[in-house]
Amino acid sequence: MISVQHISKSYRQGKGQVKALDNISFEVLKGELFGLIGPDGAGKTSLFRILTTLLLADQGIATVDDADVVKEYRHIRQRVGYMPGRFSLYQDLSVEENLQFFATIFNTTVAENYEQIKEIYVQLEPFKKRLAGKLSGGMKQKLALCCALVHRPDVLFLDEPTTGVDAVSRIEFWDILKRLKADGITVLVSTPYMEEAAKCDRVALVQGGKILSTGTPDELLKGFGQKIYAAKAASMLALLEALKQNALVKDAYPFGEYHHVILKEDRLDDLVHSLGMPDLEIMETSPDIEDCFISLMSH
Amino acid sequence: MQEGNVIEVEDLTKRFGDFTAVDKISFAVKQGEIFGFLGANGAGKTTAMRMLIGLSKPSSGEAKVAGFDVYRENEQIKNNIGYMSQKFSLYEDLTVKENIRFYAGIYGKSDQFIKEKTSIILKQLHMEEQANNLVVSLPLGWKQKLAFSVAVFHEPRIVFLDEPTGGVDPVTRREFWQMIYKAADKGITVFVTTHYMDEAEYCHRVSIMVDGRIEALDNPAALKKRFNARNMEEVFLKLARGAKRAE
Repeated sequence: MISVQHISKSYRQGKGQVKALDNISFEVLKGELFGLIGPDGAGKTSLFRILTTLLLADQGIATVDDADVVKEYRHIRQRVGYMPGRFSLYQDLSVEENLQFFATIFNTTVAENYEQIKEIYVQLEPFKKRLAGKLSGGMKQKLALCCALVHRPDVLFLDEPTTGVDAVSRIEFWDILKRLKADGITVLVSTPYMEEAAKCDRVALVQGGKILSTGTPDELLKGFGQKIYAAKAASMLALLEALKQNALVKDAYPFGEYHHVILKEDRLDDLVHSLGMPDLEIMETSPDIEDCFISLMSH
Repeated sequence: MQEGNVIEVEDLTKRFGDFTAVDKISFAVKQGEIFGFLGANGAGKTTAMRMLIGLSKPSSGEAKVAGFDVYRENEQIKNNIGYMSQKFSLYEDLTVKENIRFYAGIYGKSDQFIKEKTSIILKQLHMEEQANNLVVSLPLGWKQKLAFSVAVFHEPRIVFLDEPTGGVDPVTRREFWQMIYKAADKGITVFVTTHYMDEAEYCHRVSIMVDGRIEALDNPAALKKRFNARNMEEVFLKLARGAKRAE
């Protein structure tokens, strides 16, 4: 459904150039929920803008629904829904007016496609006369999603829909995406929250304009390929410093309640002995997508 | 104020018309503590924080920050705290050095102090080569680490961090938290909000706001035990799902 081949894009900055996208290639299958996982500055927004025909790449080819993003941009614009990272609705129109506006642009009506948006829109309906600018963050996000869906697109591009959103609303939003996928819509979604990778069929981990790795969440976790330990002590700062200075340790970093530790060789007993901390608690654990990301970043 | 406390809040309330954004919250924060201030969007975190940093007058209740009263001594509060947010922390069209100089100047630091401390900070951040570059050219993670250094440059008693690590890569996010730990070790109190639940685990104590009230306040281990949860995310979900207030 989406094919990206060797796409590069640079921007001028002062006297120099910044490479936003550096030879990126991947494919998204029809009906897939595909996640671009990476921090700010990874190039996610540039990629979305290229795929939605709003920005030209310097190099490479991309197609969406078999249409070329440069030559057949008209076809693509009819078939995709796009929710940009920044709130892009008309703040001085009401909820209802925004929705009608987007439906009209695509030569359709809200009534005709009500089924498509119903599940999300029912939560907004009590506020339909309210100006979009007066909505709370979570409500704005739901309205933006309705506006991106109102013309029944085949592909949905969602640029960081959950950034700055609390953990409860994030879970609700991913439930909505799961239902859209069940309706057969292909979804390309980006997020800086690593744990959200688990909710995607496949993901690409992106950093500094490059793809670090692509695969199903399980494949990425299996590809981690190193034993990982979780360690805890009364003084977590002292433990971290001791781990970082220890010759047996390849990498150590805070991870929630524990520090994650990767050893150069599997000599846990030697590590425990050399640390000599009586209150040390250490056990093997399984890696998380964030561990994969950290490991790929340091390569 | 009780010995060792740097923030004391008693029944602090903020109403906008008939809407009670912050509803009688009470808590205290100790010197050198890393205090996590969590809550769903719309729970009242930002309103509460604005009252504590002297930007918004409470409707009722009492609060003292760094020993000063939020009603009458908000200028003294501003002198004794540092503040950084995700959205705005540095001037992008000033260089790294100019930003440091500007903020330190606002806090009335001497040229000598600014000069000496600037070189220490640039060295710690490994940013000596970038000293004369515009902030706009820095990667986000660097910007946020620099913003934190600027926020504590004048050696405040408390630093307020509003979602300081949003969108920052996982490696830099951890480096950022090491800076927080070191600041706390030196006695600076850290008051921090975040949407990353793993970061809630890094705090000494965590409060969780729901519908304008503080529904839970304890250290992460005790909260997990009380809510029978494996991690702070579960604790947060259990509490925040009970919210009645439509954001």
